[in-house]
Amino acid sequence: MSSDGVNLRRRRFLTATTVAVGGVGGTFAAAPFVSSLLPSQKAKALGAPVRIDISKIEPGALHRDEWRGKLVMVVRRTKQNLEDLLALQGKLLDPNSKRQQQPSYAQNPYRSIRDEYLVMIGLCTHLGCAPTYRPEVSPEDLGPEWKGGFYCPCHGSRFDLAGRVYKSVPAPANMEIPPYRYISDTLIEVGVDPENT
Amino acid sequence: MTQKTVLTILLLLAPELLFAAGTRLLYTMPHINETDRAAIQRGARVFINYCLTCHSAEYMRYKRIADDLGISEDIMKKNLMFASDKIHEGMVVAIEADDARRWFGVPPPDLSVVARARTREWLYNYFMTFYRDEKSPIGVNNATFPGTAMPNILWELQGWQDPVYETRVNAKGDQERVIVDMKLVEPGKQTAKEFKQTIRDLVTFMVYMAEPAELERHRLGFWVLAFLFVLLMISYALKHEYWRDVH
Amino acid sequence: MIDNVLSKVAVVPALLLAWLDRRFPVTRMWNEHLAHYYAPKNFNFWYFFGSLALVVLVIQIVTGIFLTMNYKPSAAEAFASVEFIMRDVNYGWLIRYMHSTGASAFFIVVYLHMFRGLMYGSYKQPRELLWILGMLIYMTLMAEAFLGYLLPWGQMSFWGAQVIVSLFEAMPFGIGAPLAEWIRGDFTISDATLNRFFAYHVIAVPLALLVLVAAHIIALHEVGSNNPDGIEIKEHKDENGVPLDSIPFHPYYTVKDIVGVLVFLILFFSVVFYAPEMGGWFLEHNNFIPADPLRTPEHIVPLWYFTPFYSILRAFTYPFLGVDAKLWGVLAMGASQLLFFFLPWLDRSPVRSIRYRGPYFRCALYSFALAFVVLGYLGVKSPTETDLFLFNNTVWAQIFTAVYFAFFLLMPWYTKMDKDENRPVPERVTG
Repeated sequence: MSSDGVNLRRRRFLTATTVAVGGVGGTFAAAPFVSSLLPSQKAKALGAPVRIDISKIEPGALHRDEWRGKLVMVVRRTKQNLEDLLALQGKLLDPNSKRQQQPSYAQNPYRSIRDEYLVMIGLCTHLGCAPTYRPEVSPEDLGPEWKGGFYCPCHGSRFDLAGRVYKSVPAPANMEIPPYRYISDTLIEVGVDPENT
Repeated sequence: MTQKTVLTILLLLAPELLFAAGTRLLYTMPHINETDRAAIQRGARVFINYCLTCHSAEYMRYKRIADDLGISEDIMKKNLMFASDKIHEGMVVAIEADDARRWFGVPPPDLSVVARARTREWLYNYFMTFYRDEKSPIGVNNATFPGTAMPNILWELQGWQDPVYETRVNAKGDQERVIVDMKLVEPGKQTAKEFKQTIRDLVTFMVYMAEPAELERHRLGFWVLAFLFVLLMISYALKHEYWRDVH
Repeated sequence: MIDNVLSKVAVVPALLLAWLDRRFPVTRMWNEHLAHYYAPKNFNFWYFFGSLALVVLVIQIVTGIFLTMNYKPSAAEAFASVEFIMRDVNYGWLIRYMHSTGASAFFIVVYLHMFRGLMYGSYKQPRELLWILGMLIYMTLMAEAFLGYLLPWGQMSFWGAQVIVSLFEAMPFGIGAPLAEWIRGDFTISDATLNRFFAYHVIAVPLALLVLVAAHIIALHEVGSNNPDGIEIKEHKDENGVPLDSIPFHPYYTVKDIVGVLVFLILFFSVVFYAPEMGGWFLEHNNFIPADPLRTPEHIVPLWYFTPFYSILRAFTYPFLGVDAKLWGVLAMGASQLLFFFLPWLDRSPVRSIRYRGPYFRCALYSFALAFVVLGYLGVKSPTETDLFLFNNTVWAQIFTAVYFAFFLLMPWYTKMDKDENRPVPERVTG
C-alpha cells in the first residue's frame, strides 16, 4: 500500500460528485414513500363531490351534510336575516370577506352564490369545533345584539348568518365556504366550482 | 391418526394424487402489447358488455380506467358504464351472489386479478376453446378448463365449435383420445380472424386490469435504471481512484 | 474581516464533534468499525454479499413500515388491502414490489454469503460464534419470510401456512395437535393466525433480526474478517500494529461496496420494474386467488428459498424404526438446518480456504452445492413426475438428500483424509 503521487483534487472531485449524485438519487427515492402518505385514490373517491337536495329546507332552517368527512351546513336565510346581515358591518372582524376563506364567487355580503342559501363548512376557524346554529334573535345567553348566527361551544367564538366572525372572539377568520355549484334550483353540488368560473 | 393428518401427508407427498395435473394449452398466445391503450379500450368494451353481467372486478375503479386510457369522465360514463355505476367505484355486478350460485352452482369469481392468477396464455386458450358437449349439463365444455361452469358467453360472436380429437399413446402406454384443435361448425357474427382479435383485446384489457400500475412501471423503470447506471459509472471511477493505493 | 469570520465558522464542525465525543463515542465508533477497521486487502467478488445483505435489510424495513400503513391484518380485508396498496396508494405498487422482490433478494444474497463462508472456512476457529450468529440470523430470516408470506392472504399464503403448521402435528407424545392449535390460535389457519403472524412479522422477528445483525457485526469486528486465502493477517503487523496485508475498511471497502451495491440495485430494480413476479418464482400465480379454506390449489409449493428443505421433507416416504415417514421428514428437515451450527467442530482440517484444501473437501463442497440447487429445483416439482433423467423426482430427492447429509456427517473423516493432499498455505495473502 502506498500513497505516493495521490491526486487529491481528483479524489475530492469524485467523492463530491458521488455524494451529490447519490444525494439526488436519495431524494428521488424518498419521493414515492412521501407521496404514498397523500390521500389514496380511494380517499379521493370518497372525497368526491356530494349532491345536496335543498328543496326541503324550510326558511330559517339548517340542513347538515358531509363532504370529505367534514360537516357541511346549508342554511336557508329569511329576508329579515339578509337585512340584518347588512347592518352588522361594524361588529365584524372581516365584514367584506377579504381573507380567502371562500371562493371568489362567494366573496359578497352574503358569502353565497344565491343570497337565500348559505353553504358553509361547519367548522370553527379557531380550533375546529363544530359551532351550534343559533337562529334566534337576542337570546338570553348571547345578548340583545344577537341577530342569529353560529356560536362555538368550545371557546365561545361567534359568527353571523354568513359565517363572518365577530370581533374580540378567539376565532381569527370567517368560516370556510367550500366550492359548490347549482345543478338546478333545488340541487347543489359541493366540491366543484360552477362551470363558468 | 386423524383424517386431517392423513390429508396433510398426502398434500406433502403427492399433490397430484388429489388433483388433476394442469391441462396442456392448445394454442400459443399471440403477442399482446400491455401498453396498447386502444386495445385495452376495445377489450374494456367486450369485458363490460359480456363478462361484467355476472363477474365483478371490484378492485378496478372506472375512474382509473378513464384516467389511464386518457378518456374523459363523460365519455367513460356514456360509453362504458351502466347508469347505476359510480365512476369512483369498482366494477361491481348487478346479480346477487345467491342467484349466481343457483344458476351456475358456484358464484362467478371476481376477475380483478384473474390474469395474474391464471396467466394470459391460459385466458386466451380458455376463451378460444369452448365447444359443444351434449354430456355437459350446460351443453358446452371447455378444453382448457374441463367441466367449467361458465356458458360460452361469446358464442354469438364466435359461433359454435366442435373439438378435433386425435388418438395418442400416453406415458403409461395406453391409448387415449385428446383434443388437439377446434373446428367451427356454426359461424357467429365475427369471422375467425375478427374473433381472435376480440379475444386478444379482451385479454389485453384483463392483463391491464390485473395490474394497472404496469403502464407506469415500465416508464418509471427506465429512468431509475438509467440513473443507477450513471451513478455506477461515477462510483466506479471513485473506487478505481482510491484503489490505486492498494494495487 | 470576512476571512476572520470564515475561519471562525470553519472550526464549528470540529467543535461540535468534540462536544459530541465528550458525550458519545462518535469518533471512536467510526474508527473502530470503519476508518481503523483493518480488513484483508484481498477480498474478492464473494465479499460483497455481507454489505448487500445489510442493504436489503434496510430496504425491507423501510418498505415494510410503509406497507403496514395501508395493510389490514384481517382475514376479511387482507387480500383487498394488498390490492388497495397495488392500485390506490400512490406508488404503493412500487413499495410492495420492492418488499416482495426484497424477500427473494435477501435469500439470494444470504445464500451466496453463506457459500462464501463454506468456501473460505470462515466458520473455523476463531470465528465459530460469528458463524453461529450468522446461522441464527438465517433461521430468523426464514421465520420472518414464512410469517410474512401469510399476510397477502392468497391461496398459497393460506395453504403454505397450513402445511407448515401441520408439520408440528408430527410431534410425538400427543403434543403435536395441541401445539399446532396453539400456533394457529384456532383449529385451522384463520383470522387469529393472520393477526398474530402480522405481529410477529412486523415487530417481534425484525427486532430479533436487528439485535442478531448487530451482534454479528460486533463479533466480526472483534475477530477480524477472514479472506480468500483463509490465513490470519494479524500474524504480520507493521510497527504501528496494523496488519501488513490489510487496508482500512473506510475508504477502500466503502467505495468498493458502493460499486457492489449499485450493481445489485440495478439487478434488483430490473426485477422490480420489469419482472416483479419473476415468472412465478418471486410472486406465485395462485397467490392472486384469495385464500379459500375449502379449496386446495393443485400444487402447493413454498417459495424457492424454502424448496431445498421442502424436498428433504418429502424425500422420506417410508416408516422406519417404528417412526412414521412424516416425522422422519420433519426431523430430517430440522437436522438439515441444525447441522450448519456444528460445522466449526465437524471440520477437522487445519486449512481454512478451499484454495489450499485437498480433493475430498473440494469434491464434498461442490457436491453439496449441487445437491442444494437440485433439491431446490425438485422442491417446486411434483414428486412423482420425472423432470430429470432415469428416476422420478422422489428418487432424485432421496439421492441428493443423502449427499446433503453426507457433507456434514462425513466431514470429520474426509477433512482428515485430505491431510496429505492439502497444498501449502502461503504466509501472506496472494492478492
